[in-house]
Amino acid sequence: MATPNTPLWEVFIRSRNGLAHKHVGSLHASDATMALQAARDIYTRRGEGLSIWVVPSSAITASDPAEKGMMFEPAESKIYRHPTFYEVPEEVGHM
Amino acid sequence: MYTQALNTAETEDRGLEDAAKAAEFQARIDAEERIEPNDWMPAAYRKTLTRQISQHAHSEIVGMLPEGNWITRAPTLRRKAALLAKVQDECGHGLYLYAAAETLGASREELVDAMLAGKAKYSSIFNYPTLTWADIGTIGWLVDGAAIMNQIPLCRCSYGPYARAMIRVCKEESFHQRQGYEIMLTLCRGSDEQKAMAQDALNRWWWPVLMMFGPPDVASQHSDTSTRWKIKRFSNDELRQKFVDATVPQAQYLGLTIPDPGMTQDADGHWRYSEIDWTEFKQVLAGNGPCNRDRMAARRKAHEEGAWVREAAAAYAAKRARRQTAQAAE
Repeated sequence: MATPNTPLWEVFIRSRNGLAHKHVGSLHASDATMALQAARDIYTRRGEGLSIWVVPSSAITASDPAEKGMMFEPAESKIYRHPTFYEVPEEVGHM
Repeated sequence: MYTQALNTAETEDRGLEDAAKAAEFQARIDAEERIEPNDWMPAAYRKTLTRQISQHAHSEIVGMLPEGNWITRAPTLRRKAALLAKVQDECGHGLYLYAAAETLGASREELVDAMLAGKAKYSSIFNYPTLTWADIGTIGWLVDGAAIMNQIPLCRCSYGPYARAMIRVCKEESFHQRQGYEIMLTLCRGSDEQKAMAQDALNRWWWPVLMMFGPPDVASQHSDTSTRWKIKRFSNDELRQKFVDATVPQAQYLGLTIPDPGMTQDADGHWRYSEIDWTEFKQVLAGNGPCNRDRMAARRKAHEEGAWVREAAAAYAAKRARRQTAQAAE
């Protein structure tokens, strides 16, 4: 009998107080508790974090990078969403 | 990213709230630590923030109405694209903020229902009408300018999810103010009628914008604890003064007159404004501003007309779930 696959988890770490959790990588573990402990051992050996989230990889719905052209096209042409598109004379100062 | 599931301990908090925990909490705040959804917090801190963040969210959503009014009538395609992008941003800001409020344990539905029932407030400024195109310029320049003044210190608010939402919002807000000022500049460099239109808009918006910063410090009921909890970094009057000092030179550059004949400049450079009519502010908050009824009616109508979309999405998800269960059973 083949060994059953161990579930994959995505690891997110809050590196500093006040910052958001950021994806750092993934690991295999058979349950959430073990995933947390493994994440601590794999990703925070040098005090990289204050807090860890582990999420089953299967719970993540991702966009397809191959389709990024179509996915992000709506924003590409909209340069007027950027502050520099608007003319504010230098004399007025920072705005 | 966050859900209510992170906050299952809310009722327990209230039962166990004791002096030691409260002191430890205050020590964390004093040390400039950020409070996160799973951390222990006093029930009053949770309540204050839920109120403030959800009101902020409602303001962003209702704030789409006065400007949305002009999308189809923008004078050029450039202006139309900019205004549409701005209104889309306001919607996005509302959604970031609702998500931040939800980390405190309230559900999205509860928050929205409280607003639609008239139980939750939104910023008084959105109860004023946008009568001419110059109002759109004035809103970007002054209303968004005042909002930025208010929101920049909130990027350092003690509650992590709120602070992070504010960082995103502030990054996007800069374009809002600049496009507004550009509209004003174009009108002020235009015909006499266009310049008069700009002056008229400034005349109507100036005082309501000053009221956006809230009651004067002597009368503000929430300030003391909010300051101690580092939700608030500056008092209402301090922020109002900063805003006036930044705005007067901008108005001078446009060649517009601030509608306050009593305004004077101190020796230290600060512009001192006249007494604000707080009865008007109270009236608007009480629901008697020029557009309160319109705004609420428009929000309720949009919510009701969107009901079938929510129902259809839920029905579709349920159907897919049933199909998946059936397939898994085969």
